[in-house]
Amino acid sequence: MTTYIIRRLLWLLPILLMVNLLTFILFFVVNSPDDMARAQLGNKHVTDAAIAAWKAARGYDLPLLWNSEASGWSMLSQTIFWQKSVQLMLFDFGVSDAGRAIGADLAQRAWPSLWLALPSFVLGLVVNITLALLLVMFRGQWLDKLGLVISVIIMSISGLFFIIGGQYVMAKLWHWFPISGYEPDGDLWRFLLLPIMLGVIAGVGSGVRWYRSILLEEADKDFARTARAKGMSQWQVMRKHVLPNGMLPILTGVVAVLPLLFMGSLIMESFFGIPGLGSYTIDAINSQDFAIVRAMVYLGAVLYVFGLILTDIAYAWADPRVRLGDD
Amino acid sequence: MKWWLLLSCIVSLSAHATWNNPYPRGWVHENTLFSAFSAPPKTLDPVRSYSSNEWVFLANIVEPPLQYHYLKRPYQLEPLILTQMPTVHYDATSDTSSYTLHLRDDVVYAPHPAFAGKKRKVTATDLAYAIARMSDRRNGSPILDMMMPLIVGLEAQVATLAKLPKSSEWRDYRQFNPQGVEVVDERTLVIRIKGQYPPFIYWLAMPFFAPIPWEVDAYYAQPGMKAANQSWSWLPVGSGAYYLAENNPNHRMVLQRNPNFHSETYPHEAGSTVPKSLLADAGKPLPFIDRVVFALEKEAVPYWTKFLQGYYDASGVSSEVFDQAIQLNEQGKLSLTAEMRAKNMQLVSSVATSSSYMGFNMRDPVIGQGNDKAKYLRQAISIAIDYEEQIAIFLNGRGVVAQGIIPPGIAGASADCNPITHVGEAGQCQRRSLADAKALMAKAGYADGIDPATGKALVLYYDTVSTGADDKAQLDWMRKQFAKLGIQLVIRSTDYNRFQEKMLAGNAQIFSWGWNADYPDAENFLFLLAGGNAKMDAGGENASNYKNPQFDALYEQIARMEDSSERRALIQQAVAIVREDAPWVFGLHPQSVSLFHGWVNNVYPNLMANNTLKYRRIDVTQREQAQERWNQPVLWPFAVGALLLIGLVGLVWRK
Repeated sequence: MTTYIIRRLLWLLPILLMVNLLTFILFFVVNSPDDMARAQLGNKHVTDAAIAAWKAARGYDLPLLWNSEASGWSMLSQTIFWQKSVQLMLFDFGVSDAGRAIGADLAQRAWPSLWLALPSFVLGLVVNITLALLLVMFRGQWLDKLGLVISVIIMSISGLFFIIGGQYVMAKLWHWFPISGYEPDGDLWRFLLLPIMLGVIAGVGSGVRWYRSILLEEADKDFARTARAKGMSQWQVMRKHVLPNGMLPILTGVVAVLPLLFMGSLIMESFFGIPGLGSYTIDAINSQDFAIVRAMVYLGAVLYVFGLILTDIAYAWADPRVRLGDD
Repeated sequence: MKWWLLLSCIVSLSAHATWNNPYPRGWVHENTLFSAFSAPPKTLDPVRSYSSNEWVFLANIVEPPLQYHYLKRPYQLEPLILTQMPTVHYDATSDTSSYTLHLRDDVVYAPHPAFAGKKRKVTATDLAYAIARMSDRRNGSPILDMMMPLIVGLEAQVATLAKLPKSSEWRDYRQFNPQGVEVVDERTLVIRIKGQYPPFIYWLAMPFFAPIPWEVDAYYAQPGMKAANQSWSWLPVGSGAYYLAENNPNHRMVLQRNPNFHSETYPHEAGSTVPKSLLADAGKPLPFIDRVVFALEKEAVPYWTKFLQGYYDASGVSSEVFDQAIQLNEQGKLSLTAEMRAKNMQLVSSVATSSSYMGFNMRDPVIGQGNDKAKYLRQAISIAIDYEEQIAIFLNGRGVVAQGIIPPGIAGASADCNPITHVGEAGQCQRRSLADAKALMAKAGYADGIDPATGKALVLYYDTVSTGADDKAQLDWMRKQFAKLGIQLVIRSTDYNRFQEKMLAGNAQIFSWGWNADYPDAENFLFLLAGGNAKMDAGGENASNYKNPQFDALYEQIARMEDSSERRALIQQAVAIVREDAPWVFGLHPQSVSLFHGWVNNVYPNLMANNTLKYRRIDVTQREQAQERWNQPVLWPFAVGALLLIGLVGLVWRK
């Protein structure tokens, strides 16, 4: 297992290098530093000298990949690719085009994202699995059918509808929650309860259907039938036999998503005014701050690959029959 | 654990008389104004910031030498940190004008760690430091290229600083005063500019010229400060009525009353059109409010809902909520709906000192300068584009059709109609008929819109950055306006950067653009058509590349003159020339509309001043009562939910 993990971690390097190279090409070749300068400097009194000064202040006046005017090592290091992309690989995020330290912003914004994403995820998991168990218990009966219909309806509706509808009903009409906002000190839960609830509701349709199909497969297996024949109640069969055996696909699916929780939810954070990493990316795209977008793309890639490694490890841990590459 | 959580919820809820209060407990009961911002500011560095969404904060933190009188109209400058208005002396021998600034003795910066606990007075050196700091390209001042040919010695200073080794270390700008900036003593500064340029004084009312204490500049240059977001961009320091107590552009900005703020009182005088009730607080010390909270609110619906719940003191009116808030009366004037009146709202609207126009590239062979035929074509298009209709359809009536280059409210603007596009009838400007436009088309050689060279409809090209689905309706509408003359309009949508490139290279034929006044003087609009500012030649703001020697001569003359009846007459001549030449379809001046709750006092639109927070006063008791009344939680859904849950548990239990 250890050898496998080390090998996978070593594979990370070329993958991340490629990600870096691709984002570099996208951000610097397609969109030149002159374009970035114009986007940042606004409409009024933008002169060539101002553009040149803007680029010089941010190191965008260097050649892209190769500095033929420099000598020795500087030919490589005195380039935009080295200064921006290679530094990014070492998790030196640098400064945004607007002049803010990206690392400090990431550290500040990761917490609100986690506060929203983690409870939404855990609660969503509990609710989805519980409801799926319930439907499996009543499979073929009216409750199961009704549950499936409702699940399909929820799946068919855009998440945005739940956000706007939830804000309208629970915040505007019933005055239960602040419609948006975030207060890290003291009563944070007042601001998170509504988005968490809506996040869970929006995901319940697909979640319940997915877990129901997994659990249904287990519920029809011989061991479940035997347990029932021995006189166990339906609930006990579900809890003691069906659920533990259905946990393998559930667990692997869950682990893959865990690292990405840091990245936040783009829409949810935007609508609820939560200053997390999701809205950070949206803001950066809107203001054409490519230094931030680059950092977020890279961070997303790292977390995604990390999530895949975790999935493999979780497989081996949860199912002893699965053996990873070292034997 | 769960008991602790439950207890915390109960304590937290009971601490809020209303459950949906979106602020830390206590704030709504204090002398705090609540506002919002929709996009984080890019920078709050006084020398760099040049955007209205940044000046909302910055202008209340830093103080330039001058400010606009809050209530006088037309807009009038007055001393802010000076004892009197600058004295101006023109020296014909050297062809320079000297502006002498005498600083007040009681202006002190807000507390900052760089001052080590001492009260630091504003000095003339700080004003000079700001100008010297502006001259360093490293600091990216957007007005540097405009000030370089103006302030004596600034150009040489820029060159000197550019020659210094590239480094991020602190530069002590006290050693780099431009030749034309002289610190006479700690309270007196002289700025010399080349020639005569009276509008220069307006720049002294902008944050670019706010004093910069060298200690703070040195403090921010220390290692590690930038990585912790400790910089001029994010923690500006000034002598304004407020200081930045919390700066999280990702979440919330909080301005707190500056304990060192100098004496300033609410104005005693107001313009003749200003309601006298606004003088009720005359002579009272400023500011009235202790804290101003700006929350980041990106979506219009939550913002509007919180405003209706009483958690924001003011709100703009977006298209989504326009019908709920505003109605048009029989005279076409904006007024509040019954729902808003029941909430005791105040409607504040004013025509913005800005112009949205459609420009013609005057270097274009078909539509540009050079022959009368092209002029008739431009005039015909100017008549055909029905901006009255556009304002009604797309802006809910919030705008005024432009009759010339200068918006109303700007010194030199006149109320007469543009004779090319409108005729005056009963004091109103009525758009000329389509028949007039078609006659002009015939004169231009395009009868019924047919291009004789091809025998088909004349094809014109419109470059725009409108690419979204929401823009489609507007673009379709624009196409129809040209189709009225038989012209086929080809729309070339592009992204902002490509659009800029086209404009610089002169590859656009027709385009839309806008200008927001820097200062309330006609010169600030006339320069948009001055030949010396042509975008293709000089990268300037004359996007149409219009060049008319007669107009240019008038512009040069106007720029050198103080406001007078003679100057106003020259402005009218200049306006008449561009009306005739029609390098722009003059478009519209948008109307800004805001709503304020009844508990906010001293609200009056001042489009030039951004430091107006200090004049506002709020009635906290009235606000508390309204919030209680409007936000009582509805409890019956809990009972319904509980019944449903009991039913479901019972069902499972039976199984």
